[in-house]
Amino acid sequence: MYTIDASAFDYKTLNETIRTHDGDCTVTHCLGQRFIAAGMSGSRIISAYGTPGNALGAYLNGAEIQVHGNTQDAVGDTMNEGKIIIHGSVGDAVGYAMRGGCIFVRGNAGYRAGIHMKAYGEKRPTIIIGGKCGSFLGEYQAGGILVVLGLAQASDAPETASRPLVGNFPCTGMHGGKLYLRGDTSQMEFPAYVSAHPATDEDMREIDPYLTEFCTTFGYEKSDVIGVPFTVVTPDTKNPYKQMYVTN
Amino acid sequence: MMHTKREGEIRIPSGCAIAAVISKKGRGMTGEKIIESMKPMHDRSNGLGGGFAGYGIYPEYKEQYALHLFYNDSIAKEECERFLKDSFEIVKAELIPTRKIPQITDEPLIWRYFVSPLKSVLASLQLDEKEYVVRTVMKINTEMKGAYVFSSGKNMGAFKAVGFPEDVGYFYKLDEYEAYSWTAHGRYPTNTPGWWGGAHPFALLDYSIVHNGEISSYDANRRFIEMFGYQCTLQTDTEVITYIADYLLRRQGLTQEEMASVIAAPFWSTIQRMPPEEQKRLTYLRSVFSSLLITGPFSIVLGFEGGLMALNDRLKLRSMVVGEKEDKVFIASEEAAIRVMEPDAEHIWSPAGGEPVIIKVEV
Repeated sequence: MYTIDASAFDYKTLNETIRTHDGDCTVTHCLGQRFIAAGMSGSRIISAYGTPGNALGAYLNGAEIQVHGNTQDAVGDTMNEGKIIIHGSVGDAVGYAMRGGCIFVRGNAGYRAGIHMKAYGEKRPTIIIGGKCGSFLGEYQAGGILVVLGLAQASDAPETASRPLVGNFPCTGMHGGKLYLRGDTSQMEFPAYVSAHPATDEDMREIDPYLTEFCTTFGYEKSDVIGVPFTVVTPDTKNPYKQMYVTN
Repeated sequence: MMHTKREGEIRIPSGCAIAAVISKKGRGMTGEKIIESMKPMHDRSNGLGGGFAGYGIYPEYKEQYALHLFYNDSIAKEECERFLKDSFEIVKAELIPTRKIPQITDEPLIWRYFVSPLKSVLASLQLDEKEYVVRTVMKINTEMKGAYVFSSGKNMGAFKAVGFPEDVGYFYKLDEYEAYSWTAHGRYPTNTPGWWGGAHPFALLDYSIVHNGEISSYDANRRFIEMFGYQCTLQTDTEVITYIADYLLRRQGLTQEEMASVIAAPFWSTIQRMPPEEQKRLTYLRSVFSSLLITGPFSIVLGFEGGLMALNDRLKLRSMVVGEKEDKVFIASEEAAIRVMEPDAEHIWSPAGGEPVIIKVEV
């Protein structure tokens, strides 16, 4: 295991250093360095401590990134394969245009989680957020699985603790994929072109392996997590933009 | 010497960095930490502007307005000083101390004046002090070639330049000032060329704004605010936000919360889902000040006497993080900047779009 102290490095040098060493790697004292492990392939595990900068794991192509702290914006931007595990919270636009692999976040996510996720053939990206999400969750979602659990976080600021499971305008422009929400969603308003229904056994089977891994990773009792009803949201029509911008 | 274009002469078709800290107990902090906080966000700026505002920095002159001025040359300075002598009692006039460093070049003459409006002039014009100061600042900035007032509050000051923010802070020796609150900005100008006066913070009286974003309502806001004697000379959206703050808070007497509900008003569909009292309040503010709705991406920190307000646009198209530790509250575009100021900051959270975070010094 190779260890890099990031405190002396800008993002370019840090990423070059990570790339020039094969195998698993621990990066300590991250402080805002962008693009950590961006585009990385193979079976390496990169463990990051501190506060990594924006676009962590962008274009990730197979490696696993573990972050022992909070992350900032655009984690896993356009990632294609691999895994990102975040033991803290994540900023805005996590999984932006993600096309494969999975992201597990123990804490909360900011605005626009899973914006424009997509899926094709075998590629089915998955994001599980352990805490709460901001507004525009799953904006323009075109594919993949997005799960929000709403589990309370010990580190939550009072301002976050009093918030609803998700902010305003979830699923705006959604035209593919599935959104799973744990707990009461009766107060939530969805656009007319999506439909929400209680999760069926089949729905739950679909995410079961991911939930198992999530619970193992972060030390949750799976029975506590699935002991609460889930709601599933899917797009209603193949033409969700009808009359949204123009009549087409 | 090459002619440097001023703001307003050219429009080029943003990323920026902001940070702030306040002690709720009103304890003094040197500028050292806030300068450091800009370093991990270096790449959010491009060296064309950086600046800081500090509150509580001039206790020995706290009764006077501290005017900070840029002069192109000594002719502009002489002309402006004649005008200042006719308008104010000047208690002290001095060069703002700076360090010569290779990163900061082409500096103008940078002076400060601690002034009190002449009572006789106020009486004959029938104006209150603050309004008089605002009009004087507007007059200098629009009519006096080569002179520009970039700070005009009591017991506070803005310091800004063309350069990266960490260099600008060092240039102005901010490590030698003590403030109970600081705001900071690193600039990545997208629409204007980057001139000393166009760096942030923009300040008028004790209000200062640092801003990351690019507002799309600039012209609508400008047309409205110019009806009330403000003159937007620089084509930068931050200038208009500063004047809106002065108009709503000082002249209209709104609270900071109300100002947030005007400039980052919720969507009508969101208002409809609120309790009746709240619906009434928000509908009133949106209707009366409809031209002051600011659209497009922004995250701002407004500094004022005794406090700070952080606010995102209602769609939250820019990032902002808040954290705290003991009596201090930290705000920044990135959590990394907060960790520089306080590695053990707690309660890290992100305000929602249009949700103001207002922190005041306890009295």
